[in-house]
Amino acid sequence: MYRFAERLAPWLAILCVLTLAAGLYLGLVVAPADYEQGDSYRIIYIHVPAAWMSMFVYMVMATSSAVFLIWRLKIADIVAVASAPIGAAFTAVALLTGSFWGKPMWGTWWIWDARLTSELLLLFLYLGYLALRGALESPQSASKAAAILAIVGVVNIPIIHFSVEWWNTLHQPASITKFDKPSMHISMLRPLLLMVLAFQLLYFHNLMVRVRALILQRENRASWVAELAEKNHV
Amino acid sequence: MSELMEFLSMGGYAFFVWSSYGLTTIILLAVVFWSSRQLKQSRTQAFRRALQHRNKQ
Amino acid sequence: MTSKKKEGPVNTGEFPSKQTVEFARGQRHDASAGHLCLRFFQRDLRLAVRSTGQWLNPLLFFVIVVSLFPLGIGPGPATLATIAPGVLWVSALLAMMLSLDSIFAHDYRDGTLEQMVVSGNPVSVMVIGKVMAHWVTSGLPLVLLSPLLGLMMQLPSAAYLTLVVSLLLGTLSLSFIGAIGAALTVSINQGGVLLSLLVLPLTVPVLIFGSSAVSAVASGLEASAHLSLLAAIATLSASLAPIAIAGAIRIGVAASR
Repeated sequence: MYRFAERLAPWLAILCVLTLAAGLYLGLVVAPADYEQGDSYRIIYIHVPAAWMSMFVYMVMATSSAVFLIWRLKIADIVAVASAPIGAAFTAVALLTGSFWGKPMWGTWWIWDARLTSELLLLFLYLGYLALRGALESPQSASKAAAILAIVGVVNIPIIHFSVEWWNTLHQPASITKFDKPSMHISMLRPLLLMVLAFQLLYFHNLMVRVRALILQRENRASWVAELAEKNHV
Repeated sequence: MSELMEFLSMGGYAFFVWSSYGLTTIILLAVVFWSSRQLKQSRTQAFRRALQHRNKQ
Repeated sequence: MTSKKKEGPVNTGEFPSKQTVEFARGQRHDASAGHLCLRFFQRDLRLAVRSTGQWLNPLLFFVIVVSLFPLGIGPGPATLATIAPGVLWVSALLAMMLSLDSIFAHDYRDGTLEQMVVSGNPVSVMVIGKVMAHWVTSGLPLVLLSPLLGLMMQLPSAAYLTLVVSLLLGTLSLSFIGAIGAALTVSINQGGVLLSLLVLPLTVPVLIFGSSAVSAVASGLEASAHLSLLAAIATLSASLAPIAIAGAIRIGVAASR
C-alpha cells in the first residue's frame, strides 16, 4: 500500500497541476462574464468544487470508517483520518469563498443561506471528528470511536441538509434562490468540471501523502521499513 | 497591458474574486505543505526506529 | 416478560456487586429484551431520584437561561413573543446538553458499564432503558415546566399545546442523539465541552423543526407537518442510536482496560 501510494502520488500531482491550469485558464480568461453578475461569478470555479469536495470527502471518511468497523481493515482507518483535515480545509474554502461571493451579490458577508448554513454545520462535524480523535488517548479506541461518529454524522447529513433547506424557505423570501444551474453555458460549465476534477486530484494526491505518513508512523518496527531505510541511506 | 489590467480588475469585482482565489490558494497550499512535512518527519522517524529495532534483533 | 425470578435486581447504586454480576450472568439466556430494558430503566430512575442534582440542575439551568433573554433583549412583549419559540427551544436544548454527561459517566467510573458489556446481554437493549430513564429525569421536567416559561416569554396562548408536544418529541430525540456523544466521550476526562461540540451539530434538525412548529402555531398556521417530522426523527433516533451507543460503550470500556 505504501509503495502504491508512493508511485501514484507524482502522477496525481502532475495531472492535478495540468487540470488546475486548464480549468483556471478557461474559467478566468476564456469563459465570458455572466450577464447578471459580471465577473464576480468566477468565484464559482472554486466555491462549487470546494463545496462538492467537502461533501465527497465526508462520504469517503464515513465509508472507510464503516469498512474499518466491519472488516477491521487498518488502511480504511488511515484513509479516514487522513481525509478529515483535507475535508475540513475544503469546507473552510467553500465557506470563505461563499462569503466573498455573497458580499457583492447579496450585499452582506454572511447570509443564512441554506447551502452556507449546511456547509457551516459540516465544518462543525469535521471539527468534532478531529477533536474526538485528539481527545482519546489510546489510538485504537480513537479510531473506533471516531469511526462511529463519522457514520452517525453521515446518517445525519441528509436530515440536516433537508431541515436547513426547509428552514430557509420558511424564513426567507424566494428572491435569493441561487442562480439556476442547468442554464449554464457550456463555456462556463467546462472550466467548472475541470476545476472539480482538479480538486479531486488535489485531494487524492494529498490523501496519498498523508496515508504514507500515517503508515510509517504506525509501522515503524516493520522490516520493510528498515529495508526502505537502508535503500535511502538515512 | 490594458488587457491585463482589464483582466485583473475582474469587471470591478477584483477584490472579491482575487481575495477568494488567494485565500483558497493559501488554505490548500497550507494543507499540502503540512501533509508533506508530516510525511518527511514520520519518514525520518520511522526509518530511524526501524533500523534501531532491527539492529537490536 | 414473565420471568420466574421474582427477586429482580436489587440495585443499591454500588452496581458491580456480586449479586448483580451473578444476576446478569445467570439470566443470560432467559432474560427477555423487554425485561432487560426495564431493569435498567428502573435502576437509573431510582438512582436519579436519590440524587436531586441530576434532574434539578438542568431544570434550573433552563429556567435561568430563559429568564436571561428578556433581561438581555428588553421586556417588550411583542419582541419577546416573536423570539419565544426559539429561546425556549434553544434553552431546552442547552439544558439537555448539560444533563447528558450524567448518563454514562457514573456507571463508567464504578464499573457498571464494564459489567454490562461482559454480561453477554445485548448492550443496545440495556442502553435503551438507560436513555429512557435519562429522558424521564431530564427531558420530561423541562417539558412540564415549559408552559410556565412560555407564559413568562409572552408566548401566544394557542401555541402552548404545540410547545409541549414538540418538546416532548424533541427531548426524546435529543436524549438518544446526545447519548451517542456521551458514550463516545465516556472515557475522556472532562469531556463535557467536547460532548457538546460533537452533539450540537447533530441536533440542528430537531431544533429547527421544534422551534418552527411552535412559531408556526404562534402565527396562526398549522404545525402538523413539523410535528410529524419531529416524530419521524424521534423514531429514527430511538431505533438507530442504541446501536451506535452500544458500539461506543464497548469502545469506552475497552479503552479503560
